Amino acid sequence: MSANTRTKVAYAEVEEGTELPARVFPVDRATLVRYAGASLDFNPIHWNERFAVEVGLPNVIAHGMFTMAEAIRVVTDWVGDPGAVLEYGVRFTKPVVVPDDGVGAEIRVAARVAAKLDDERRTVRIDLTAHSDEQKVLGLARAVVRLP
Amino acid sequence: MPLDQSFVGRSYPPTEPYEVSREKIREFAEAIGDDSPAYTRPEAARELGHPDVIAPPTFVFLVSYRAAFDVVQDPKLGLDYSRVVHTEQRFTYERPLRAGDRLSVTSTIEAIKSLKGNEMVTVRGELHDESGAHVATAYTKLVARSADEAPAGEGDR
Repeated sequence: MSANTRTKVAYAEVEEGTELPARVFPVDRATLVRYAGASLDFNPIHWNERFAVEVGLPNVIAHGMFTMAEAIRVVTDWVGDPGAVLEYGVRFTKPVVVPDDGVGAEIRVAARVAAKLDDERRTVRIDLTAHSDEQKVLGLARAVVRLP
Repeated sequence: MPLDQSFVGRSYPPTEPYEVSREKIREFAEAIGDDSPAYTRPEAARELGHPDVIAPPTFVFLVSYRAAFDVVQDPKLGLDYSRVVHTEQRFTYERPLRAGDRLSVTSTIEAIKSLKGNEMVTVRGELHDESGAHVATAYTKLVARSADEAPAGEGDR
């Protein structure tokens, strides 16, 4: 699914409660190795099962920042311009557990327009939810974006 | 042993500039599986009004995390780094980061809280480009869990 750079939404056309297209992001051990390299976060809890279990985790877990990066894609794909994001924040509530079973895990992201903030600046607040294995993995996930 | 509240408001000197490269943006975008052309094709980024390819929103962390982790490892602060977990992250953007940016980070301890043996520190990292313009701010909250909580933090990186 290739994103085009045409902006897909306009401030005038959205309202409070407008749902953004939800997405499911698969994540397996290879995803985490790749993200570790790109982000320079080589904490063994993200790739070494023995170590993760030793420190009390159920298994290897995804980087919180990876989950954060995936979740905002729902917003940037919807707006069309990733540069339209003015604010973005999350709490890491539960880890995304990534077993080495040939399947891995999924991060399910949904988002809706929570408020139209400023008609002048055309800004809206988007509230996001992210779940993995029925667990809420992000809390208070919110973004402010500027629309055309 | 609660942390010293007098550290709130303390600022640290700006870091050496981090140079944002096209290839690092491409690598990061591929690692998160995002094929937005704004991250890899300068002409697509220009169509959107950006002078060069831009970086995904959370790329800021790549620039800011070292400074934040250095701050919480300040021995005078006394945070038990072996039990540190990254619990919250927030960014504000004046503009997206883009290829060619040389960004330095100025960190300030924004808040310190102690709750049930957990020590929480929020570090604000302000990114400025070479012209001195403010580009983005990262707010990183790290918690040193009390010894009877599950460890497994971000402190082993």
